[in-house]
Amino acid sequence: MSDYRIEGQTGDWEVVIGLEIHAQVISNAKLFSSAPTAFGAAANTQVSLVDAAMPGMLPVINGECVRQAVRTGLALGAEINLYSVFDRKNYFYPDLPPGYQISQFSQPIVGAGKVEIDLESGETVEIGVTRLHLEMDAGKSIHDMRPDATFVDLNRSGVALMEIVSEPDIRSPEEAGAYVRKIRSIVRYIGSCDGNMEEGSLRCDVNVSVRKPGEPLGTRCEIKNVNSVRFVMKALEYESERQVEILEDGGEIAQEPRLFDANQGVTRPMRSKEEAHDYRYFPDPDLLPLKLDADWVEELRVALPELPDAKKHRFMDEFGLGADDAGVLISEKETAEYFEQVAAGRDAKLAANWVTGELFGALNTAGLEISASPVSAEKLGGLVDRVADKTLSRRIAKEVFEIMFESGQDADAIIEERGLKQVSDSGAIDAVVDQIIADNPNKVAEYKGGKDKLIGWFVGQMMKASQGKANPQMANEAMKKKLDG
Amino acid sequence: MSALTDLTIAGARAALEKRECSARELAEAHIAAAEAARHLNAFVAETFDLALGQADASDKRLAAGEGGLLEGMPLAIKDLYCTKGVHSAACSHILDGFKPPYESTVTANLWREGAVMLGKANMDEFAMGSANVTSYYGNVINPWQREGDNKPLVPGGSSGGSAAAVAARIALAATGTDTGGSIRQPAAFCGLVGLKPTYGRCSRWGIIAFASSLDQAGPLTRSVEDAALMLQVMASYDAKDSTSVDVPVPDYAAALSGEVKGLRVGVPAEYRLDGMPEEIEALWRQGIDWYRDAGAEIVDISLPHTKYSLPTYYIVAPAECSSNLARYDGVRYGLREEDSDLTQMYERTRAKGFGAEVQRRIMIGTYVLSAGYYDAYYLKAQKLRTLIARDFQQAWEKVDVVLTPTAPSAAFAIGEKMDDPIAMYLNDVFTVPASMAGLPGISVPAGLSAEGLPLGLQLIGQPFDEARMLNAARFMEIAADFTARPAGASGGAA
Repeated sequence: MSDYRIEGQTGDWEVVIGLEIHAQVISNAKLFSSAPTAFGAAANTQVSLVDAAMPGMLPVINGECVRQAVRTGLALGAEINLYSVFDRKNYFYPDLPPGYQISQFSQPIVGAGKVEIDLESGETVEIGVTRLHLEMDAGKSIHDMRPDATFVDLNRSGVALMEIVSEPDIRSPEEAGAYVRKIRSIVRYIGSCDGNMEEGSLRCDVNVSVRKPGEPLGTRCEIKNVNSVRFVMKALEYESERQVEILEDGGEIAQEPRLFDANQGVTRPMRSKEEAHDYRYFPDPDLLPLKLDADWVEELRVALPELPDAKKHRFMDEFGLGADDAGVLISEKETAEYFEQVAAGRDAKLAANWVTGELFGALNTAGLEISASPVSAEKLGGLVDRVADKTLSRRIAKEVFEIMFESGQDADAIIEERGLKQVSDSGAIDAVVDQIIADNPNKVAEYKGGKDKLIGWFVGQMMKASQGKANPQMANEAMKKKLDG
Repeated sequence: MSALTDLTIAGARAALEKRECSARELAEAHIAAAEAARHLNAFVAETFDLALGQADASDKRLAAGEGGLLEGMPLAIKDLYCTKGVHSAACSHILDGFKPPYESTVTANLWREGAVMLGKANMDEFAMGSANVTSYYGNVINPWQREGDNKPLVPGGSSGGSAAAVAARIALAATGTDTGGSIRQPAAFCGLVGLKPTYGRCSRWGIIAFASSLDQAGPLTRSVEDAALMLQVMASYDAKDSTSVDVPVPDYAAALSGEVKGLRVGVPAEYRLDGMPEEIEALWRQGIDWYRDAGAEIVDISLPHTKYSLPTYYIVAPAECSSNLARYDGVRYGLREEDSDLTQMYERTRAKGFGAEVQRRIMIGTYVLSAGYYDAYYLKAQKLRTLIARDFQQAWEKVDVVLTPTAPSAAFAIGEKMDDPIAMYLNDVFTVPASMAGLPGISVPAGLSAEGLPLGLQLIGQPFDEARMLNAARFMEIAADFTARPAGASGGAA
């Protein structure tokens, strides 16, 4: 359990956090219609008669969305409800054509589950998942196209969302960030959501309250629609401080929806469209209860790919990696796959160093995802091979990597073209050793007089003379042997 | 051969087959009759040009020997059905100018079998009403009149325009929809056969929703055989309607032997209401006697939760309608009362677009679903609905069909019962239980009231057992030998 505390004038405050993550389902079509769901299409071009709520139109559940929700539930280690019900959540808004959102209220498709998150401290914390349910997204209201009118784009109307609700088990911004990353990692691993927060495929509602440790839960606020992990953490830092200040001043927390203003780094109350909504939930009479076959669920369970936690432990066991490296490498499915390709048949620790070191650094600087890496796993593997067989020194290998990253060439071609092969021929090294000793009699005398540390200087001279290509270990040994001999 | 407008579907099919008339002549005769009967206000949109085009196409197919089951049959289509490019407004102001770019599954089935559309039939707004007095397009007048009294009578509702059109011989048959009695009660008021199929038998896709868990499409016809033929075509499994049921559609007409020997006919004690007119009781007894005399077994049964049907219905149906009608918000189609403020635009559009009865039901429905009331009303109603359905399930262990009156009175005059919604709701007291249980029901004209108005008896059948129910209805049709016709009917030999 986290010992994150807000220091107030009256003592320490504990922060209690629960998250609702809305994850857009990857599927061929919308939740209740056959309209496509691609991001970025021209406004109102992906709208069926059902999505526009034309008179007499009826929803039909998309089996693929159900399959994805069940797979996600299984990946969260959650209970799958073989019987679930779709309800209508009634409210008026122009981007909600039917006047109700079809959601699941009292009987969701997925029940309780849990995920483990890893913290900086090395601690692992378990966060409970209360439920996961399927619901349709609303369209988008566009208020800034004209000052006197609002426009509505229904492309998103009816798109399938999974709402994943956590228990209020989260106790710090760090845990909240780790939880979101973990959920995102899981849905991306199984391909049920692309996890793209910038495009809104994954969004969070953050519930937060503060209390004195051991006391009952305080009144919470809900920060709606936060769309990055960093903002989740920032919003929480701000909001929990705000609540502590209010409480310490003798005030009360208003239970209200708020929005995070990323520019100012503050949360603000939402301009409420209507003060208190009564959504008048009731079972949608156009849809029969959803009944799943236990065998089908079992088939989905068996067919799930390896999940992040399992992969992490396998990387530790199979490749002898530490928890840190393994954790970093499995966080994204693409990274894990990349690493496994580099590590295949090679020194896994060396491979891990190159992936987490040079590659991550270069990608980070270039602002690229690993899927867009100019250096393929195969090519990085080729470079690792040349390091392992001592063709390249570590320093030269880094240079080769930089050239690879620029040009996309493979390591051998670069080594060949630029003559960068490490010199491991003892005859050639001995010749350079002799030359350096001959050129520097004073330094040799100093060394022999007891200044052992000068060995570094001698090896440096060697590397310089060989333009870095001399095998540093051999150079060191040869030089020492000559000087001491 | 009698006048073309006096034919049944079966008769008209035979006439077309024997080349005694063409589909065009059949359509023209009905168009002429419709033009002569405009005072009934049965149609809210006439599609006569479309009908003639369809009839010509029918004649070509008939000439090529490719006629469908309803080839050339001129029909009235209730305005609740979406018909492509044609007025489809549920007789509500709020759907002003709405012409859907799609065709309902049921009407598509009808056109595929060669049927011809004469026009869109008037109805109670959004199918909410039992007298066709809530239509934005005005009242429908029943072609029947009391003896010695020319006061205009209601045709029943909500499928009042459909019933008036068929009774007045301006359409061979019509589609209706039935949520709590909206086919059966107007059929009884207009001396017609009205069939509500099992919930899930006909697709609801493209039919403007009133109460989704109750709405069913069905035909209004002048004979039981016609009802069988219409249902044959209207019924289908439709993947676009999740509540549609995938069971084969049998040959309903083929099962009409009229033989009821051994048929177990249930007579529910709870349908004997206090204050029910004696002539309704007498007709019911008459019906029982017909079956008994023909060798059917009359079984007294109890459906103990019957008395909860109507109150339960008036929770469930408004609850669903309050949500179903939320889409009429002035944003995308139909009426919009402009306002710079969104909430004002909603309120003004819906206040102007919906009539008083629709507004009443939306408010009732909103209330029963509200936080704090849901459990006491909606949830309790759902539980009672289960019990009502269970009553019937238990009855099916003893009987094959249930026989009841269709409505507690004959047609009443326009203006009567208008200021008392509860009195109006009582019209559906005998039809609502089968709706709540999702069961098929059929009203058959069985006699005349003292004032010379038609009265109907209802048969309720087991789920998806329309064939047996229709056969029992066919027997009653023969026994009743109902030949009276309304004074307001067009042409033809009397």
